[in-house]
Amino acid sequence: MKIDFAHHQSAHCESGVSSNLLLHGGLPISEAMAFGLGSGLFFAYVPFFKINHLPLITFRNAPGSIFKNVTKRLGVKISREKFRSPAKAKATLDGLLDRGIPVGAQTGAYWLPYFPPALRFHFNMHNLVVCGREGDDYLISDPVFPDLVTCAAGDFEKARFAKGALAPKGKIYYIRTMPAAIDLPLAAQKAIRDVCRAMLKTPIPYAGIRGMHLLAKHLEAWPAKHGPRVAAVHLGHMIRMQEEIGTGGAGFRFVYAAFLQELAEQLGRPELQQYSLRMTAIGDRWRDFAVSGARVCKGRGGTDDSYASLAARLRDCAEVERELYRDLLEMI
Amino acid sequence: MRKEEVPQDSCLLDGQREICYAVDASGHYVLAPTAGWEPSNIANIQAWEVIRDELEATSAAVRAGRQSPLAYHMVRNQMDVALLADYVSLWRWQVRRHLRPEIFARLKPALLQRYADLFQISVAALQRLPEVLDLPQLGVEAPLPTDKDS
Repeated sequence: MKIDFAHHQSAHCESGVSSNLLLHGGLPISEAMAFGLGSGLFFAYVPFFKINHLPLITFRNAPGSIFKNVTKRLGVKISREKFRSPAKAKATLDGLLDRGIPVGAQTGAYWLPYFPPALRFHFNMHNLVVCGREGDDYLISDPVFPDLVTCAAGDFEKARFAKGALAPKGKIYYIRTMPAAIDLPLAAQKAIRDVCRAMLKTPIPYAGIRGMHLLAKHLEAWPAKHGPRVAAVHLGHMIRMQEEIGTGGAGFRFVYAAFLQELAEQLGRPELQQYSLRMTAIGDRWRDFAVSGARVCKGRGGTDDSYASLAARLRDCAEVERELYRDLLEMI
Repeated sequence: MRKEEVPQDSCLLDGQREICYAVDASGHYVLAPTAGWEPSNIANIQAWEVIRDELEATSAAVRAGRQSPLAYHMVRNQMDVALLADYVSLWRWQVRRHLRPEIFARLKPALLQRYADLFQISVAALQRLPEVLDLPQLGVEAPLPTDKDS
């Protein structure tokens, strides 16, 4: 049984899933739009929260919140469920598929057999849409892959019940009802405000612009604190969080710029186009950071100088971002 | 990033393409396929090198009889004692004991099967080291960074 589900490849899993599910429901919301309306853009560096002995560094908001925000702001009613029992999780999923409902699921990427081996890490926040079942195989629209993929039920159960940090616990989500009409200007205003406030005003030093400055301070100290090898591993980790699969480049900054541009056109507010340009320039700065960072990584240790200059670049990124969010908050 | 600058440094994706966002000549954002990007490849290769180093150290310890083969499979699957214990529903101290060769050798078949199922290998494979480290092959022929940009 196969649901007629239009699969579109996207840069990022959760915003891609949101976009594809909304499209299936009849609302043409692009990936960038879903990301923006879901207030996906963020930054956090939490030095004491370790994943594989490395500090948490993220360029997006909490897993699950893009879908939650975008649907809430567009008036789409959704259901979300977590499970303890794999058998019950499977029965619920199969029941929904039988009713012709495509189902979003959070999974651990490590257990998905169709992932390229080089990208199989214990990463528990990978989202995809299940859109059919053929015998013992699930038909999956995984937004970061070009085409539909299949996954054996056994493997899929392992992925849904992956353990470790942020375990998915079989989480599924799907659309219940679509709204009669949407208020895009209001949704966009709320979404943008949310991002600017989170980046500028979160009252903890790990989030937003302050988080970037904290990371810059720690980054400078990595070689002295950990020695060259582990410092390079930390730096590599940061680059992976910024660039590896799913960010659309530059830690989601390009996706957000695309959102601002699309909004400028749809709402007829050309001033937003200026912000899109500024965000693109910020993204380019992050890309430059990654280029220099990777060079330091490859030099295996580098000198203390190079870490200091990387920290300076990071502070630079933080400051231009601060200006952008300030202006955007005022304008919106 | 401009569309014509979208990097195509393949290495990790097994010939697949991922999507990245870039602007075209008219300044419009488009979804551009990319085969990968060098800085990100370097960081990823480095992450695998860390795993390889740990795996080599572990297999040396197994060969020297200091640790059981379970330690090898645990590290091969990028797990630590806490994660492995979670997966097989045991206490951490139990898993830690199973890392000792003399205790691992006495484990009951049912428990061995549980570990083997998790790692998707046979019990026989669980009880020994593979001939060579079975890590993914990375397309490391990707050109390494030059100083073309500063």
